[in-house]
Amino acid sequence: MAGPEPVAPATLEQLCAAKEVVVSTGSGGVGKTTTAAAIGAAAAAHLGVKVLVLTVDPARRLASALGLERFGNVETRVPAEAFTAAGVPAEGELWVAMLDTKQSWDDLVRLHAPDEATRDAILANPLYQNITGKFVQSHDYVAMERLYEIHRSGRYDLIVVDTPPTRNAIDFLEAPDRMADFFSSRLLRWLITPYRSRLVSFASKPFYNVADRILGTQFLEDIAEFFMLFQTMYDGFVERARAVTTLLGSPQTTFVVVSTLEVAPAREAEFFLELLGERGYHVGALVLNKVLPRFLLEPDATDAARRLAHGGAELAGPLAAELDPPVDDAATLGRVLTEVGESFLNYQVVARREAEQRSELAATPEVTVSVPFFDDDIHSLPGLLRLGDRIWR
Amino acid sequence: MTRSSLGLLERKLLFVTGKGGVGKTSVASAIGLLAAERGRRTLVCEVDAKGNLADFFGVGPLRFEPTEVRPGLFAMAMDTEESLKEYLRLNLKVPLLAKLGPLARTFDFVANAAPGVKEILTVGKLAYEVRERHYDLVVVDASATGHVVGQLASPVAINDLVKVGLVRSQTDWMIDILTDADTTGVVVVTVPEEMPTAETLELIERLGAETDIDVASVVVNRVLPELFGRSEEELFDRLSTPAGREALEAAAGAGAGTVLEGAELAVRLRRSRVGHLNRLREGLPADVPLLYLPFLFHRSHGVRATSVIAESLGAELGF
Repeated sequence: MAGPEPVAPATLEQLCAAKEVVVSTGSGGVGKTTTAAAIGAAAAAHLGVKVLVLTVDPARRLASALGLERFGNVETRVPAEAFTAAGVPAEGELWVAMLDTKQSWDDLVRLHAPDEATRDAILANPLYQNITGKFVQSHDYVAMERLYEIHRSGRYDLIVVDTPPTRNAIDFLEAPDRMADFFSSRLLRWLITPYRSRLVSFASKPFYNVADRILGTQFLEDIAEFFMLFQTMYDGFVERARAVTTLLGSPQTTFVVVSTLEVAPAREAEFFLELLGERGYHVGALVLNKVLPRFLLEPDATDAARRLAHGGAELAGPLAAELDPPVDDAATLGRVLTEVGESFLNYQVVARREAEQRSELAATPEVTVSVPFFDDDIHSLPGLLRLGDRIWR
Repeated sequence: MTRSSLGLLERKLLFVTGKGGVGKTSVASAIGLLAAERGRRTLVCEVDAKGNLADFFGVGPLRFEPTEVRPGLFAMAMDTEESLKEYLRLNLKVPLLAKLGPLARTFDFVANAAPGVKEILTVGKLAYEVRERHYDLVVVDASATGHVVGQLASPVAINDLVKVGLVRSQTDWMIDILTDADTTGVVVVTVPEEMPTAETLELIERLGAETDIDVASVVVNRVLPELFGRSEEELFDRLSTPAGREALEAAAGAGAGTVLEGAELAVRLRRSRVGHLNRLREGLPADVPLLYLPFLFHRSHGVRATSVIAESLGAELGF
């Protein structure tokens, strides 16, 4: 029997009611983290579910407003009283956690290492410490890995995850695959074979001669040890990486693309929307932040602004007399009128450009919401709830 | 660490960084353009393979091999594999080409696993161009604030890991170039908004704590214009009352009320940004020069934006 036609959700509320994982993506500086937190807060308030917002690098004030410690993979509950105090009693629970890259890697090693000796050797390997500590691209993988782990635990109805601040928003999507590829590469095995057997084969000898001259024996041994140890975790890692990819592509997961209507972020958003679509990921919503108000485009206002910008001085005389009490300094009033008109026309140029960007985002998802310029960043639960209300229904 | 007394464009290597979305690439390209216009042979390099530096010069895709985009101004895109090949060609005087294949591929894997390798190849190539004096100035459209410290610290990190060998001797001279304040500086681009301000202060602190690299300048981009002086503001406030608005609508047309709303929005936006500007000024060490660039209403992107920004930057630097 054919079921009813599936209807695409028309609001974020419906989307969050249907999905288990919401991934907030977009280029840097567009308000991704705030949007993720606002979606989480709204879901906790209105859906009566247990929500986790997993963020990567929240602004300090936002983090402290949510009661997040700076480091550590600890999941913390935002107290129900905070919702009540904000005037929006929560029907569900809001939990927040921050990604700690280093600790997440250590946890992974503990999980996958075949025995304690291997585990300790990996954790102590200088190369491993550098990768997880100093160099950053390992963010991408562990963020998705944590998401998977938390989802699998079944502790939450909904997980809203904020993605790492990469210029290229797709890096994190490819991270699990890259990790799997890396571990299954023949080259990697080839690289460590001679050290394993301590027999340098004829074929690879020139390579080691060269590598030895470039890097020195100690470093080569560190590399070899590192790869050899990691090799022992091969099966676990590859299996996990596949599972992470599967979760991201599953019907339980949806992507929310966040952008502003500035040229560069909008282009990135368009590219990302296209790419997600091509690869068959579910794109649930587009959130456009910091959008200028539409009144900047009104024709009446445009006419008046031109009059003021070009004829402010002439209009000022009669207007000065008209005001009560009258203004003595008509020259200053003239400057004010000119400035008011010019400023309007300036912002109108930007608003027009935004409208154009908006129309160029052709393949937009069903749920597309615009959020106005707020005077200041949001760093309180009431602020998040207000933002949430704007985009929720 | 002593700061350099040299002007921004008199250094030899500038790493331009900033939070995503603040206009890092436009500022990097404008610095390059301005330097070239002032007679310095300049290379602008984008580190992010998927960056859009080419748009700012109105040219096609950039490659590892620099393209001359204006007289005396060259642009390139970093490619760590090419950088490795160049390095091996220059440093290993063996007829290696036949054997480079597997080595390069292996390196690619090592580089992906231990991203420090990629960072060192990037920084190494740039420092090499400086050492060889191929250019008077190398401007780097570097990684965003989150990643740049790792990038800049990579020679030291590698130095700690690799105790002997060619790499060791290589990182030594790189560190010399990077830590000489008259040679190398970091330019932090920001905008007067909350997060970028906080990140900028954090980055300056981290650069001081984790590297010995000088901060050449903080560039505050997209500064909104001040609409009114004090006496003008009083008049504006009077216009914003219901009676004032009515009188203005009678004088300039029905839409004039909406125009006032637009000006109120402009005043509010400007005010909230002034607060962040003040916080930035208070938080920065006194000897870090601040440069201000205006918000561009008309062209925010592309070749025209680059030349407008270069012009403003020139004015800020007193040219």
